[in-house]
Amino acid sequence: MKFIDEYRDAGAARRYAEAIARATTRPWTIMEVCGGQTHAIIKFGVDDLLPPALTLVHGPGCPVCVTPVEMLDKAIEIASRPEVIFCSFGDMLRVPGSSRDLLAVKATGGDVRIVYSPLDAVKIARAHPDRQVVFFAVGFETTAPANALAVVQAGRQGLANFSVLVSHVLVPPAMEAILASPGNRVQGFLAAGHVCTVMGTAEYEPIAKRYRVPIVVTGFEPVDILQGLYLCVRQLEEGRAEVENQYARSVRREGNPAAVQLIRRVFRVCPRKWRGIGEIPQSGLTLAEEYAAFDAEHRFGVADRTTEESPDCRSGLVLQGVMKPPECPAFGTRCTPEHPLGATMVSSEGACAAYYRYRRRAQPHEPLPATEP
Amino acid sequence: MEATPDFSLSCPIPIDDYPHVLLAHGGGGTLMHQLIERMFVPAFRNRFLEARHDGAMLAPDGVRLAFTTDAYVVRPLCFPGGDIGSLAVNGTVNDLAMCGARPLYLSAAFILEEGLAMETLWRIVQSMRRAADAAGVQLVTGDTKVVDRGKGDGIFITTAGIGLISHRLTIAPASVRPGDAILLSGDIGRHGIAIMAVREGLEFEARIESDCAPLADLVGSLLRAGLEVHCLRDLTRGGLASALNEIAGAAHLGVSIDEGSIPVREDVRGACEILGFDPLYVANEGRFVCILPTGDAERALRIMRADPLGAGACLIGRVTEDASGLVTMRSRIGVSRVLDMLSGEQLPRIC
Repeated sequence: MKFIDEYRDAGAARRYAEAIARATTRPWTIMEVCGGQTHAIIKFGVDDLLPPALTLVHGPGCPVCVTPVEMLDKAIEIASRPEVIFCSFGDMLRVPGSSRDLLAVKATGGDVRIVYSPLDAVKIARAHPDRQVVFFAVGFETTAPANALAVVQAGRQGLANFSVLVSHVLVPPAMEAILASPGNRVQGFLAAGHVCTVMGTAEYEPIAKRYRVPIVVTGFEPVDILQGLYLCVRQLEEGRAEVENQYARSVRREGNPAAVQLIRRVFRVCPRKWRGIGEIPQSGLTLAEEYAAFDAEHRFGVADRTTEESPDCRSGLVLQGVMKPPECPAFGTRCTPEHPLGATMVSSEGACAAYYRYRRRAQPHEPLPATEP
Repeated sequence: MEATPDFSLSCPIPIDDYPHVLLAHGGGGTLMHQLIERMFVPAFRNRFLEARHDGAMLAPDGVRLAFTTDAYVVRPLCFPGGDIGSLAVNGTVNDLAMCGARPLYLSAAFILEEGLAMETLWRIVQSMRRAADAAGVQLVTGDTKVVDRGKGDGIFITTAGIGLISHRLTIAPASVRPGDAILLSGDIGRHGIAIMAVREGLEFEARIESDCAPLADLVGSLLRAGLEVHCLRDLTRGGLASALNEIAGAAHLGVSIDEGSIPVREDVRGACEILGFDPLYVANEGRFVCILPTGDAERALRIMRADPLGAGACLIGRVTEDASGLVTMRSRIGVSRVLDMLSGEQLPRIC
C-alpha cells in the first residue's frame, strides 16, 4: 500500500537504526508528542532498535488521555438525558469519568452513538428535529477543523437542536509547559505530524529558539519515526535547535490555511485543564462568541461542574514524560485496561495501554522455517 | 523520581465491575471471556464446557458426536458476500468442522420483529436453504417467535448443529504441543470489513465481499489424509488474534507468529487504516487456523491450497514451551511484541 509499505520496510528501519546508533555519542532524551506515535513505537517495537544511550519518553498528545474528568462527567450527565442523542468518536466511550463511562450510559438506556465525523452528527440532528444532538468535540488541532465545520454547517442549516461539548487542546502550550517544568528531562521533540499538517510548523520556531530544543515534525510509521529520531539526534549532537520537517509528504510550513481559518472563525483560545497535568494557560479552544449558541455546556447547564482529580495520580507524570508506564507501581497489577486507574491505560493511544498490550513480556522468536514461498 | 508504594487508588475511579451488560461483553474480547469464565462456566460446570472449544464433543453409546450452537444478530441483514441466513448456516457448520466433525443436522430458531418484510424473510430462508445444500446439512427442527416492533433488529437467528466424528483424534486446545506448526487458511479481515463498509458507506474500487463459506469439506480433506491435526479454530469475532489467545490460554502454551506472513488483502488493509482497526482483530466467517505437528505442515498446506477456500493457506508461526499462554508476534520491522486479546470491541480512534 502506497505511503504505508515503504514506511514499514524492515531494511529501511534497520538502516535508520544503524545511522542513529552511529550518530549518537552521548545520552539523549527525546519525547514523541503524539499518542499515535507512541502507539506505533510500541506496536512495531521501534525503541528496541535504538542505541541504549537514546531514551524515548512519551508525550501528552493523546486527546482521550488528557480530557479532564469533569468534562467526562459533563458528557455523561448530558448523554443521560432522555431527549439527547450523544455522538462521540469511538475511543472516548470507554474513558471513566468520576463514577462511570459513556458505554455504561449507553447500557442503561442513553442514546450514545459512535460517529466517524462530526458532520455525521449534524446529519443526525437534521434527521431528528425532535431530539437534542450533542457532539463531543475533543482532540488537538487535528480534529478542530472538522468540528468547526460541523458548527458552521449546523448554523447555516439553522439546526437549533445541535450543539457541541468542546474540550479541544493545543499542542504548543503543552510542549512549553513540559519544557518549563523543573523536572523536565526532554532534550528534543518529535512534533505531531498531523497537527502540523493543519497548523503548519511556524508556531514551533519560537519554542525551539527559546528553549534551545530541536523539534522535528514527524510522521507515524516506523520508518518516519526512526528518520525523525535520526534528524533530532543529529541536531542534538551538532548543538543545533531548529524546526525540521521529516513529514514533508504531508506538512507544509504554512499548514492548511483554509483549516486554520475555519478554526479561528469558530473557536477562540482559552485556558484548559489537562487530565493528570492540571490547567495550562492558553492551551485550549472554546467556541467563539458568534457560535456560543452551540455550546452544549450552557444549553444543558453543566458549565459550572468541577471535579477535582487526586494530586497523587501518576498518569500526569507519564503524560509529561517524567515517568515511564512500567515504573508506576500499579502498572499491570492494580491498573489494567479492564480496570484502568488512569486515562493513559484506557485509550488505545495512551502510553500505559500501549505498554500493557505490547510489552508485558516479549521473547525472542525462532525464525520460521524456509518452507514458505 | 519518587516511587511511593501506597500509590493512591483515588485517581480516576476504576470502573471495576459492570452492573449492566455492555456491548463489549459480546465483542469476543477479555470482557466476554470474563463473562463466560465467571458466570456461565461455573453455573453449568462440566467436562465438555471445560474443554473451551467451538463445540462439545460427546460420545453417547460410543458414537462420537460434535454439538454446537450459535446466535446471529448481524446488521445489515444482507451484506456483500452473504446475509444473516447463509451466516447462520455456515457459522454453525464451521463450529462443527472445527471439532473435526462432519456436519449432519441443524436446528434453527427465528426471532422475528413485527413489521419485517415477508420478502426479506423469504430471501433469507432461501439463502439458508442454499447454504445448507452446499454444506450437505439438513435443517431438521426449528422454532419461530415474533417480538413487538422495536424489540428486535428485523431478525435474529439461532442455529444448533450435530456432526459425526469419524476419526480417533481429539481436536481441541488440550492436544496442542510445543513445536506445532500454525497454519492459516488464507487472507483475513474480509467479513468484518465488508460489514463495516456497508455500515459506514465506504466505497472501494472493487467491492469487498465477506469470506462467509462452509469449511467442513476442507477440514474433511485434511482429516481423510490422515494428518495428525491437534486443534482447529475458525476466526470469527475477535479475529485471528483472539483465536490464538484463546488457544494459547486453554493449552497453557505460548504462540509465536510472524506479522509479515499473515495475508491481508490490500483493500482490506486500506479500509482498516481508514477505520482505525487492526486486521488481526477483525472478524472472518470462512477462515481458520490449523495446528498440527511440523512434520505434517507441508502436506497440510498442499491439501489446503488445492481447495479454493484454502488457496491462500500459509504457515504463520509455531507453538512454544511458554506456559504463560501469551501470544507474541514479530512485527514487520523484526521486533517481537505481545499480541493481546482486546478488552472489548475495537473502537474507532479519534485521530
